[in-house]
Amino acid sequence: MMSQGVQVAGVYVRDQDEALKFYVDKVGFRVHTDVRNGDYRWLTVQHPDQPSFQLGLFVPGPPAHDAATAQTLRAVVAKGAMPPLVLMVDDCRAAYEQMHGRGVEFTQEPVDRYGTVDAGFRDPSGNGWKLIQARR
Amino acid sequence: MGTDASQDPELLRRLLRAKDRMDAASQEDWPVHRLARVSGVSAAHFARSFKQAFGVPPHRYLLTRRIERASALLRDTDLPVTAIAFQTGWGSLGTFGRVFRDVTGHTPGTVRSRGRAAARELGRVPVCALNAAHRPDLTIAVSEKRRRAAGRIKASREKEAS
Repeated sequence: MMSQGVQVAGVYVRDQDEALKFYVDKVGFRVHTDVRNGDYRWLTVQHPDQPSFQLGLFVPGPPAHDAATAQTLRAVVAKGAMPPLVLMVDDCRAAYEQMHGRGVEFTQEPVDRYGTVDAGFRDPSGNGWKLIQARR
Repeated sequence: MGTDASQDPELLRRLLRAKDRMDAASQEDWPVHRLARVSGVSAAHFARSFKQAFGVPPHRYLLTRRIERASALLRDTDLPVTAIAFQTGWGSLGTFGRVFRDVTGHTPGTVRSRGRAAARELGRVPVCALNAAHRPDLTIAVSEKRRRAAGRIKASREKEAS
């Protein structure tokens, strides 16, 4: 069992309710932590096969950011300028069919290359994911 | 013109959708009215907002994507250059070769032979990052680049003559 390593890494989202629905209902993650303190909400989800890692869904704003910084972060996310995210799957085409059927916005249909298959999608906020089939 | 941060994130998200569509099918024609429809704004508003958001006008962005795809095909496939030119959206081989040289500074043939030599090193990088790393940095118009190159050639000729 792993006791050291990256536990949480997060993405900025424009709306946590929307992001929660997206990652749980459409991508297939589950909620790990959802706690509030006043207006602040700590929300993380995780892949069902990966209990040691949580993906944080965070909204730019107080107390971490002033209004101008929050606006800049929202703009950067909406422009798709945040770093790439990679979701590994056993079968890229099957995952594509399932997620596409659930209304996920795909930016690239599955393509065979480099000995594997990859596709691309975005979350509602603009975060970009590569969906890559694990090499066997 | 305001800063990027002054643009409405909802608008930016819709502009990103148009950019994504160009990424997905850069070989297709993308007149401004088509892109504007994807983003749900007027054509005039689209062109202005896109440049403000992404730093280059939409047609120039499309050009960089076509060059990027052509470079990838030159590196990764054995397709003839002519086939690559047509597959990536150019109407003629001549235009392709000229724009390719103007943007990258190399001929398609050079990129093909250099890419082959380096290809073995790159297998572990996700393809999106790989392509982005090779994206030509087209911050000036191709016509301007051509003009500057012509200026340099002229200057060196004058130097030789003196």
